[in-house]
Amino acid sequence: MADFTSGVWGLYVAGLITFGLLFCIVVLVLNMTTRESGEPKLQGHVWDETLREYNNPLPKWWLWLFWGTLAFAIVYFIKYPGFGTFNDGKGLRAEYAEDIAAVDGPEGLYGKEFSKFKGDLVALSQDPAAEKAGRRLFLTYCANCHGVAGTGGSGFPDLTDNDWLYGSDAATIKESIADGRSGAMTAAADLGLNGQQIEDAANYVLFISDQKEQADLASAARGKLVFLSGTRNEDGSVSYDKCAMCHGANGKGSVINNNGLGAPDLTDGIWLYGSSKEAIVDGITKGRNVGNNAMNAMPTWKEFLSEDKIHVLAAYVYGLSNKK
Amino acid sequence: MQSQATYNYKVVRQFAIMTVVWGIVGMLVGVIIAAQLVFPDLLNLPVVNEFLSFGRLRPLHTNAVIFAFGGCALFATSFYVVQRTCQTRLFAPGLATVVFWGWQLIIVAAAVSLPAGNTTGKEYAELNWIVDIVITLVWVLYAIVFFGTLAIRKVSHIYVANWFYGAFIIAVALLHIFNSFEIPLVFFGGALLDSYSFYAGVQDAMVQWWYGHNAVGFFLTAAFLGMMYYFVPKQADRPVYSYRLSVVHFWALIFTYMWAGPHHLHYTALPDWAQSVGMVFSLILLAPSWGGMINGIMTLSGAWHKLRTDPVLKFLITSLSFYGMSTFEGPMMSIKSVNALSHYTDWTIGHVHSGALGWVAMVAVGSIYFLLPRLYGKTEMYSTKLINTHFWVATIGIVLYIASMWIAGVMQGLMWRATNPDGTLTYTFVEAVKATYPFWTVRLVGGTLFLVGMVIMFYNVLKTIGSGKAYDAPVVVPAAAHA
Repeated sequence: MADFTSGVWGLYVAGLITFGLLFCIVVLVLNMTTRESGEPKLQGHVWDETLREYNNPLPKWWLWLFWGTLAFAIVYFIKYPGFGTFNDGKGLRAEYAEDIAAVDGPEGLYGKEFSKFKGDLVALSQDPAAEKAGRRLFLTYCANCHGVAGTGGSGFPDLTDNDWLYGSDAATIKESIADGRSGAMTAAADLGLNGQQIEDAANYVLFISDQKEQADLASAARGKLVFLSGTRNEDGSVSYDKCAMCHGANGKGSVINNNGLGAPDLTDGIWLYGSSKEAIVDGITKGRNVGNNAMNAMPTWKEFLSEDKIHVLAAYVYGLSNKK
Repeated sequence: MQSQATYNYKVVRQFAIMTVVWGIVGMLVGVIIAAQLVFPDLLNLPVVNEFLSFGRLRPLHTNAVIFAFGGCALFATSFYVVQRTCQTRLFAPGLATVVFWGWQLIIVAAAVSLPAGNTTGKEYAELNWIVDIVITLVWVLYAIVFFGTLAIRKVSHIYVANWFYGAFIIAVALLHIFNSFEIPLVFFGGALLDSYSFYAGVQDAMVQWWYGHNAVGFFLTAAFLGMMYYFVPKQADRPVYSYRLSVVHFWALIFTYMWAGPHHLHYTALPDWAQSVGMVFSLILLAPSWGGMINGIMTLSGAWHKLRTDPVLKFLITSLSFYGMSTFEGPMMSIKSVNALSHYTDWTIGHVHSGALGWVAMVAVGSIYFLLPRLYGKTEMYSTKLINTHFWVATIGIVLYIASMWIAGVMQGLMWRATNPDGTLTYTFVEAVKATYPFWTVRLVGGTLFLVGMVIMFYNVLKTIGSGKAYDAPVVVPAAAHA
């Protein structure tokens, strides 16, 4: 009983239920009259000139209905949890977990439909039976964010385009599914950027992207300094402290720069949150997947799905961007 | 024999007119959000789209129809009924005026703050903590006027309608205060209107649905039964069927309703025992709920022919039929295995509207049609024919609404639970959404018809007021001795 761990609460609940049922029973017993012969009699009172009352007995069918529900209540409280701590059993959640474990295990009714697909993910991605099973899993668990076709949406990566934030190989895709991903971009205020610097950085991002012609060149030149801001170390290398920290000095993102942070490639013409300058300024200003916008995290699916299912899913997702 | 003193009808007139006005406003917002589901881009306009999004208009709709339309109908009828059946003027009529203006202020505050996105996130209790305090104060004044009038009554017995109104006033005070316990953030450096609930986690959910279900139970059921107990015997000109039945179902109803809330939280983090108790007492609630329907409909026994010619009585008796249907459907939906299918689907929306349109709105509309001519010194509304038109337009609207939502809901439930041989889902969520479009369209038509009925009523009301004059009937002195 949540925070109410003392055994007294069980008695309290049982007492209240008993009182509730007895209350209804007593009210009914006190009013079980039968019809007297002759015309129904009026009560002695009159309100507002015309309002009067007969005193017909309680309809029989209605009485039986009432007694019936009370009897049901008593039987139910004997058979199922509810009467305080009496017969409270293992609980719905435990029953559910047992049921799921029974069908989802490798030999279970559902589990065996997935455990039969073993082995190399790349080979599996070409197996029509595995693809069918994977698609069902995808529609159940993944389509809500990535779309039925896997083409994604604003903030949710397109899985069919072979542009990957963490790596395109099958093992990395499986890791992304199993462990989840929550890459985030820091908001401008937390990087110490002012409005002009945001504008300049956005122009520089446009300049290095497929939209060079949209960029204001003077602003982009200043933006480059923002983008590459950092301090030079004794050995001559640079520790970047703003955009290049994650996107790399070349702006080509985490995969090419091999830093594992999930930062997108800004030069490839693929945009997770839209390609307009407004969208880019908005991203730099508010950050992505932080604070009030922290809603685009990929769940840690191994908490919900068996290893077998994740394996089949990984093969399916690999197949989405590596068509036969 | 009649004395010179007159009943205080002014506040009744004010609330009666605002019932119709807020009814149209609230139902119009309902039609708009129903249209948004069919045409998602309908109000996707520059600048204002934020304020007109479904998520902000939906609480505006529920608050407007429950508390503005339903609330005004209850204030109007309870102030009328308590005077007439106590055969005395209203106690502290000045306070009643404050109740009227206070309630209108609260409604306007809701109409501004909800589209602006200011919400506590608790269903039917979305209004911010400052408005919550104003509601509490206005409610206390309402209780003083109502119970004060009961205290100075000139008849020895308290009429059954007043038991229900009284229970409603006490219970709603209790529900509102306990569910609205919240900590304003402004004292901790937060925004002025923001607050956190006093309760945490599943306890917050439980308190919320204890409130939420009893808002239905006491605001929309007990209080409207009070309305029924006055206007049905009055309009039918027949004695109430059974005093004994009214005693039994009153006590059983107000006692049992308090337990039913957990059925809103089946298969959630709520402890099993609470779910079971909620389900069992919801089932026990069936008979007490039906007691009111029997007493209302059987009151007409011996006068059935009146239904043919009297559209006001049609409204009242049809409302009782829908009441019977919804109060059967409710306990069935509270059964865990039925709930597993119905929960989160449009079936719930259909259930709510068979209660809200079929019962609440129809009994309120019938009562206002009874009331209005009497408040303006007339014997009947401007046009009886238009009342009849309103009745049929509204009834067809309700049937379209609830039938489409039943089908849609059961279909959604079946689609969501359908599984492939490997245990994965047969349908994605969006496939169920796509399949629901035709039913949402039918619902939009049904809701629009109901709104059209309210506009017809508004015209009829304006014409009636235009040809009449504000009238306060003289207080009826009780007969010297009982028969």
